[in-house]
Amino acid sequence: MRNVLEINGLTKTYDRFTLDNISFALPEGSIMGFIGENGAGKTTTIKLILNIINRDKGKIKIFGRDNKVDDAELKQDIGVVLDEINFPDSLTPRNINQFMRHIYSNWDQQVFYNHLDQFALPQCKELKSFSRGMKMKLSIAVALSHNAKLLILDEPTSGLDPVVRDEILDIFLEFIQDEQHSIFLSTHITSDIEKVADYITFIHQGKLVFVEETDQLLIRYGILKCGLQEFAKLEPGSVLRYRKNRFGVDALVEREKFEGFTVDNATIEEIMLFIIRGEKQ
Amino acid sequence: MDIIISNSSGKPLYEQIIGQIKKMIISGELKPGEMLPSMRYLAKELRISVITTKRAYEELEREGFITTVQGKGSFVSEHNMELIREQQLRLVEQYLEQAVAAAKQAGISQEEMVTIVEVYYQEGDH
Repeated sequence: MRNVLEINGLTKTYDRFTLDNISFALPEGSIMGFIGENGAGKTTTIKLILNIINRDKGKIKIFGRDNKVDDAELKQDIGVVLDEINFPDSLTPRNINQFMRHIYSNWDQQVFYNHLDQFALPQCKELKSFSRGMKMKLSIAVALSHNAKLLILDEPTSGLDPVVRDEILDIFLEFIQDEQHSIFLSTHITSDIEKVADYITFIHQGKLVFVEETDQLLIRYGILKCGLQEFAKLEPGSVLRYRKNRFGVDALVEREKFEGFTVDNATIEEIMLFIIRGEKQ
Repeated sequence: MDIIISNSSGKPLYEQIIGQIKKMIISGELKPGEMLPSMRYLAKELRISVITTKRAYEELEREGFITTVQGKGSFVSEHNMELIREQQLRLVEQYLEQAVAAAKQAGISQEEMVTIVEVYYQEGDH
């Protein structure tokens, strides 16, 4: 399987923040969730991928080509949804259609209008009357209407209610039915992608924590529940992170090392919280 | 064909899929030569990752339950179902043999043993 997105040693330094030597790859036909707390560097990474800002070091390849050298051509095949909604409030979806026809050579008006219908968005109303969910769906409709093979989305579900989030998830799953389509999306609502993402890339304070198959992640890690005394007897270094309270300890562990103990399933959110906020043994 | 994914079962998702498809093949609900839903479609409908469905299909293929033809899809193997059932039966016998040995060691009676089996059997039904 080829990689549609390959990032190697990506580095970008600001005054108070460094995105430090990030590497990962997104195989064609899959969904990758990009998670991390606010300020971890998710949006910086996405802006670097889209060549909106300049990198200091490292390589970014999209469809096997350098993202800077072939910028304009590559953008034709990428559907982008950014956190802020970028369309002026006085436009209508119909206006946007006119506009996009000139931007994307592959713009498909019919597909766009079909998506508007599918998402129950009016064609002729100004964007100022749109709710946040409607604006997000409009952005996604645009991203899906020029035959993009790769969707890159920054927090597409944040600030949206569970119903709209679920609808958006359906859209992604539909998109991925074509084996040549891939999705890279950042989010901090990990439950949205817990099941559908094939891979999870986790960054924390500008550093890569892991890139893993979601499945493996959920199988490998678990939450150990034990008493304080029991915890004190554990071999040092056997748990990855722990959180203590007065009545016991919860610890993030590799399941296979703790057979015979009470180990609960861990969600992606729990894994993320333990790694960011838990203590090391 | 019904596939039901449970979050609370504690079993990995791909194992849940494997188990249910196997059961349908052995029971004859899925006939030899019958086409299975595509991995992508199954993933979409169950709202799980494609890697998960792919892993399940690969395992089913490895065990001879299905065959995947590149570009065409996955099909229930034309394999002799008697043979598969026979293999499963042998597996069950193996486990029971171990269980009985352990029971004898601990002085657990045959009646108790049968009760245990009955309980497990009924549990598995829902």
